Amino acid sequence: MNGKALLLFIFLPIMALAQGFAGLGGDAEDFTIPQRGTVLQFPADHGAHPDYRIEWWYLTANLTGPDGTPYGLQWTLFRSALAPRDGQGWDTPQLWMGHAAVTTPTAHHVTERLARGGIGQAGVTAAPFSAWIDDWVMQGPDFNDMRLTATGPDFAYDVQLTAMGPLVLHGQDGYSVKSAAGQASHYYSQPFLQVSGTLTLPTGPVPVTGTAWLDREWSSQPLAQDQRGWDWFSLSFDSGDKLMGFVLRGTEDFTSATWIAADGAATAFPDGAFDAAPLTRHSVAGHEVPTEWRLRLPDRGLDVTISALNPDAWMATSVPYWEGPVTIAGSHGGVGYLEMTGYDN
Amino acid sequence: MTRAILSALIGHWRRNPLQLFTLLAGLALGTALWSGVQAINAEARASYDAAAATLGEGNLAQITALNGTPIPQQTYIALRRAGWNVSPVIEGDLGPVRIVGIDPLTAPRGIGPVTAGGDLGAFLTGAGQIFAREDTLAKLPQTAAQGVIAPDIAPNTAITDIGVAQRLLGRAGQIDRLLVAPEQPLNLRPLAQIAPDLVQIAPQGGSDVARLTDSFHLNLTAFGLLSFAVGLFIVHGAIGLAFEQRRAMVRTLRALGVPLRRLVALMMAELVALALMGGVIGVAMGYVVAAALLPDVAATLRGLYGADVSGQLALRPVWWVSGLAVAMGGTGLAAAGALWSLARMPLLASAQPQAWMLYRQGSGLVSALLLALAAGIALWGQGLLAGFAMLGALLIGGALALPPILTLVLRWGQAYARGPVAQWFWADTRQQVPGLSLALMALLLAMAANVGVSTMVSSFRLTFTGFLDQRLASELYVRATDAAQAEAITGLVDGRVDAVLPILSVELKVAGLPAELFGARDHATYRDNWQFLRTVPGLWDALAQGEGVLVNEQLYRRAGLDLGDAVTVAPGVVLPVLGIYGDYGNPVGQVILTETLFRRLFPDVIALRFGLRLDPSEVDTLRATLRTDLGIADTAMIDQASIKAISLAVFDRTFVVTTALNVLTLAVAGFAILMSLLTLAAMRLPQLAPVWALGLTRRRLATMDLFRAVVLAALTGALALPLGLALAWALLAVVNVEAFGWRLPIYLFPLDYLRLGGLALLAAALAALWPAWRLARTPPAHLLGVFRHER
Amino acid sequence: MLLSLRDVTKTYPGSDAPVLRGVSFDMGAGEMLALTGESGSGKSTLLHLIGGLDTADGGVVAINGTDLTPLDDVGRAALRRGTVGVIFQQFNLIPSLTVAANIAFQARLAGQFDAVFAQALAQRLGLEDHLQKYPEQLSGGQQQRVAIARTLAPRPKLVLADEPTGNLDETTADTVFALMCELVAETRAGLILVTHSERLAARLGRRLHLRAGQLS
Repeated sequence: MNGKALLLFIFLPIMALAQGFAGLGGDAEDFTIPQRGTVLQFPADHGAHPDYRIEWWYLTANLTGPDGTPYGLQWTLFRSALAPRDGQGWDTPQLWMGHAAVTTPTAHHVTERLARGGIGQAGVTAAPFSAWIDDWVMQGPDFNDMRLTATGPDFAYDVQLTAMGPLVLHGQDGYSVKSAAGQASHYYSQPFLQVSGTLTLPTGPVPVTGTAWLDREWSSQPLAQDQRGWDWFSLSFDSGDKLMGFVLRGTEDFTSATWIAADGAATAFPDGAFDAAPLTRHSVAGHEVPTEWRLRLPDRGLDVTISALNPDAWMATSVPYWEGPVTIAGSHGGVGYLEMTGYDN
Repeated sequence: MTRAILSALIGHWRRNPLQLFTLLAGLALGTALWSGVQAINAEARASYDAAAATLGEGNLAQITALNGTPIPQQTYIALRRAGWNVSPVIEGDLGPVRIVGIDPLTAPRGIGPVTAGGDLGAFLTGAGQIFAREDTLAKLPQTAAQGVIAPDIAPNTAITDIGVAQRLLGRAGQIDRLLVAPEQPLNLRPLAQIAPDLVQIAPQGGSDVARLTDSFHLNLTAFGLLSFAVGLFIVHGAIGLAFEQRRAMVRTLRALGVPLRRLVALMMAELVALALMGGVIGVAMGYVVAAALLPDVAATLRGLYGADVSGQLALRPVWWVSGLAVAMGGTGLAAAGALWSLARMPLLASAQPQAWMLYRQGSGLVSALLLALAAGIALWGQGLLAGFAMLGALLIGGALALPPILTLVLRWGQAYARGPVAQWFWADTRQQVPGLSLALMALLLAMAANVGVSTMVSSFRLTFTGFLDQRLASELYVRATDAAQAEAITGLVDGRVDAVLPILSVELKVAGLPAELFGARDHATYRDNWQFLRTVPGLWDALAQGEGVLVNEQLYRRAGLDLGDAVTVAPGVVLPVLGIYGDYGNPVGQVILTETLFRRLFPDVIALRFGLRLDPSEVDTLRATLRTDLGIADTAMIDQASIKAISLAVFDRTFVVTTALNVLTLAVAGFAILMSLLTLAAMRLPQLAPVWALGLTRRRLATMDLFRAVVLAALTGALALPLGLALAWALLAVVNVEAFGWRLPIYLFPLDYLRLGGLALLAAALAALWPAWRLARTPPAHLLGVFRHER
Repeated sequence: MLLSLRDVTKTYPGSDAPVLRGVSFDMGAGEMLALTGESGSGKSTLLHLIGGLDTADGGVVAINGTDLTPLDDVGRAALRRGTVGVIFQQFNLIPSLTVAANIAFQARLAGQFDAVFAQALAQRLGLEDHLQKYPEQLSGGQQQRVAIARTLAPRPKLVLADEPTGNLDETTADTVFALMCELVAETRAGLILVTHSERLAARLGRRLHLRAGQLS
C-alpha cells in the first residue's frame, strides 16, 4: 500500500481540526457567530457549544517538585464541528482532540487523542462538570473543584485543582475581539487554580504543587483572513496580579490584553495597548520559534522579559505548535505559559 | 584487432540467421516461461498484500470476543475510557462485496482507505463515502453513500466509516474486532478486568487469507521452479549449440593469431548482448502469457479461498529484473561450460563439433549423486527449504539421468533389431542422443513438471471436494447475528427440517498453539460422513460419552498429538485424542468435543450458526422463508449444493490454467527439439549420405527421422512419468506438510498422463516435421558433395 | 638467420614414442625449402612448432633470434599474426566473412592492412571477380587462393604451407602452387612447404627429409 497516501488520510481529520484551530478564515457557514452583549451563563457555558465551530478547555500549570524543580503541565480538549449540530452515534459531526504535555527543564512529553462525539468516547457536560476524552478527565462536582488526569506512552499525571478566585471574563463581558475586522470569540478564564498531585515521569512519580490557569473559548470564525497565527501569554506575577495578552499576527498585528488584579478584578485593554516583541529565536523540530520575548503594558508600568523554561517545548501533534512554561524577569517577576501557533510552515 | 574479430563473430550470425533465431528464441522462451509464471505469482502476492493491509491483519494485535460473537459498542467505549488505544472494525458482506467499516479517528496508522485530499466531513457524516476499486464499486448494491475510487484497496473490498458500515449491514452498535495500536499509555488496566469476554490475539505476521491462499500459490511457485529448470535447459542448449557451431571458426581465428583471452572476452560480450536481447523479448512474451492466463488464476484464487486477485496485470519492474537475471544467469551458466571447453580446446583439435561431450561423460554419475541426495533429504530432511532442495535435486538428477538411460535402451534396441535397416536405425538414433540430449532433457522436465502439477492439482481437487462432502454434510447453513435471532431460527425451522445441528465454538490454546474448540452434536450426519486419517475403535460412541476429543491434522502434526494423548479443553478437563481428521485449507488447529460436554464446560457460549438437514429439494423454500419471516440476509445462509458447485467450477478453472501451462511448456520443449534437429541436420549429412548411396530413398530417410523423434520422445515420456510422480509426491507429502501442516493424499490419473504423453509425442513429431521435410527435399548434389569433400 | 632450430623434441601426451627427436636446422631470410617425409614422420608437428601453434618439449625454435618456447598464448598469437603465416590444407577460411574480408582479416588483426597491396594480391590470384562472395560459393582452388592472399597480406617473414594443394586436383594444384611460390618470392618471405609430393618438393631450392622424427 502507498504509505504516503495513507499518512495523508490519517492526518485528514487533524487537518479538519486544524482549520478550526488556526487557519480557519472568515466563513462561518451556518455556525452560530459570537455576538457582542451575550451574557455568559454558568454553569451551562462550562459545557459544550455544538453550534459553534470550535471550542476548547485549555489548562496550563506551573508546578514545582519537592526539590524545587520547576515543571509545566498542559491539558487541552479541543472540539471541532464539521457541521453546526450535535447528534448521537457515529453520525455526529462533533470531533474531539486531546493534547497533554509535561515540560521539565530538560524534557518535553507530549501525547494526543482523537475521538468522535456521540458515542461516549469524548465530550463535556456542564454540571456536574466533566470534560473527557478516553481515560483523560477534567471533572469534579463543580468548576472550582476538579480532578485532572492524562496518560501517554511515556508519562502520566493525576492532580487536584482548587479554585482560589473568581472566573475572569475577557474583552467585553467575555466577548473577545480578535481582529480589526471584528472577528471575535467568547472567552473566559479561571486563572486562580491551586494544583497538587503527582506527575509520573520516565524516572518515576514526582509530587508537585503549583498554580494553574484554565481558559475557555469558543467561536466560529476566530481569525481574520490575513491572520496566520498567534502568540499568547498567561502570566502570574509575584505580586498576585495576572496578565493575559495575545498578538494575532497578520498584515497588521492585532493585540489584546486583560490585566487581572489579585482579587480578580479585570481590566481589558484594546488593540495596541499591549506590546510583545520577540527577542531570540530558537530552532526546534526544524522550526524557528521566538522563545524569549519583551512584553510591555505601559499603562500598568509593565516591562518584562519572559524566557522559556525549556525552549524545546514543541507540540509534535497533528497540528504542531509551541506551548511551554516561562519565567518572568524585569519590572515584575513570576511564572507563566507561552503558546505560539502558526510557526509550523 | 577487436573490430576484425567482432566482424567475424557477428558475420556468423548474419550468415546463419536461423542459428541466431534459435539462440534468441531459446533465450526468450526460457525467460518467458519463467517470467510469465513469476508475473502471475507476483500479481497474486501483491493482491494478497493489499487485502492484508486493508484489513490491518498481520501487523497488529487484535481483540475479539471469546465466543466469536460481536463486541458491543459500549464495551469498546469502556476500553477507550480505560485508556486502551484500540480501534473498532466491523465487517460484512453487501452483495458480492465485503464491507469493512473503520473509525479513521482512532485507527492506527497504516489502516484505512487510501486517499489524498479526501473530504473527512463527507466520510464521517451524512450518507458517508465508500472507498473501493472502480470495478468493486460497480458491483455494490445501490446505497446512499458516495462511491470513491481508491485503486489500492483489495478487490471486492470496500472501506467505509464504521457508522456507515453498521447502517449498511444492519448491525447498529456492533463491532467485530478491535485493532490494538502498538503504542499504549502507561499504567494500563488488564483487559480481563475491563472486558472479561474479550481476548487479545497477538499479531499473526500474515493474514489468514494469505496463509490459505498460499497453498494454491505454492503450486504456482513450484510450477515457476519447474519452468525455470525447463527454461534453463533450453537456454543452455541454445548457447551450447551456438558455441558448437563456431568451433571451427574459433580454431581458425586462433590459428590466424587471435589471442585466446581476447576471443573469450569478446564472445562473452557478445553473449551478454544476446542474453539481454533474448531476455527483453522473453519478459515481454511472459507478460503476454501471464496477461492471458491471469483472469483464470484470479478466478481460481477467489473461488478457492475468497482472496481476491486483481484480474489486471501491472508490468512490475521486478519482473524485468528477475526475467533478465534469468536470461543472463542461464546464459552465464550455459556459457561457462562452453567457454571453459573452448579455452581448453587445443588449437589443433579437430574442428568437428564434439556434440555435448560434457553430457556423455559423467552425467550418469552426477545424476546418481543428485538422486541419492534427493532420497536422503526425503528420508532425513527437515523444513521447507529442504523440501525445495529435494525438488531441485530430483529435477536435475532426473534430467541428467536421461542420456545414459536412453543410450542403454537404444543399445538394447539395436541388439534385438532384425534386418540391417532397423539396426542402422537404432545405432543412428543412439548417435543422435548426445546432440539431442539437452532438448530431450527439456522435454523430460516439461513432461515431469506437467505430470507432477496435474497430479497435484487433481489430487487437491479430489481431496478438497471429498473434504467439502464431509464438512458440508448439512444441506443448509444459517448464521444468526445474536441470541434472539438464533432462537427465532431454531423455532422457525423446528418441524420443517430433519435435524438442527448447532455449531458451537470457542478459542483456546492447545500445547501453546491457538486452536478452536467445537461442540458437535451426536448425530448420524457426522457418523456417516466423517472420514479420519487415524482413529481408535469405537470412536463415535466414546466421543458421544464425552470420553475424548477429535483433533485435526494441523494440530496433530504441530502439537505432536498422537492418538490417546491428553488435550486440556478447559481448566481441569483433560481428554484423550480419539481420532485425527483431515482439515484442508484451515491454518489453525481444531478440537472437537461432544455437544453435551461442550455446553457443560462453556454454558455462556450460544450457538449462532446452525447446520440444517433437510430434503435438498426444499432448501430454496426454507431459505425464502427464513429471509422473509426472520429477515435473515442471504449472505448469512449457505447451501451445500451451491458451495460444491462453486468449488467444482473453481477447480475447472484451475485445470484451464494448468492445461494452458502444460501446452506452453511442451511447446517450448518441442521448439528446443526442432532447433536441435535443424542444427544437427547439416552435421548429419555425412552420416546419411552413405546410407542414401546404399539405396535408401531420401523420403524413407526422412520418415525414419520423423519416427526417430517420436521414439525418443516416447522413451523420454516414459522416463518423465516416474519423475513427475516423484515430483508430485515431493510437493504433496513433503513441501505441503512443511508449508501448511497437512499432507495431501496422492491420487493417480493415468488418463491425464496418457493425454500428456500424446501431447509430448505430438510436440516431438511437429518439431521433427520440418527437418524431415528438408531432408526429403535435399538435392542429391548436396549428398554427393559429402563424398567429394570427404576429408 | 630467419629461423633456427636446435635439438627440438616433441612427444604427444599419452604417447610413448616421440614425434620429433632432436631436429636442428637453420634457414636464411627469403629461403624456400620443402619438408618431406612419410605420414607420421612428424613434418606437420614440426610445422606447427615453427608456426607457434604448438610448443616443443625441448630444444630451441627461434625466429629472427627469438626463442618461441617460453612465449605464452598472447605472445605466440602475436607471432602468428605478424611474422609467420600459415596456409592450411583445408583452407580454414572464415565462413561468415566475404572473400574481401577474409583476405583483409589477418592483416587487420596484425594492424598491417594495406588495401592497395591486398587488392594487388587479389588481382594476381585471379580473385577480383569473387571479392563479395562467401567462401562456400568458391571452388577448392579459389578458396586456397583466398587463403594464400590472406596469409601474404600482412607481409609475413615466413610462410608455412601444410600440403596447400593436397585438396586440389592436379591442374589446379600446379597453378596454385606456382602462384604461391611466385608471390612468396616477390614478398621476399621465407617458405617452408610440407608435402608428400616429390614433384612439388623438387621445385624448391632446398629440401629436408624427416624420417621417424629426425632429419635425414
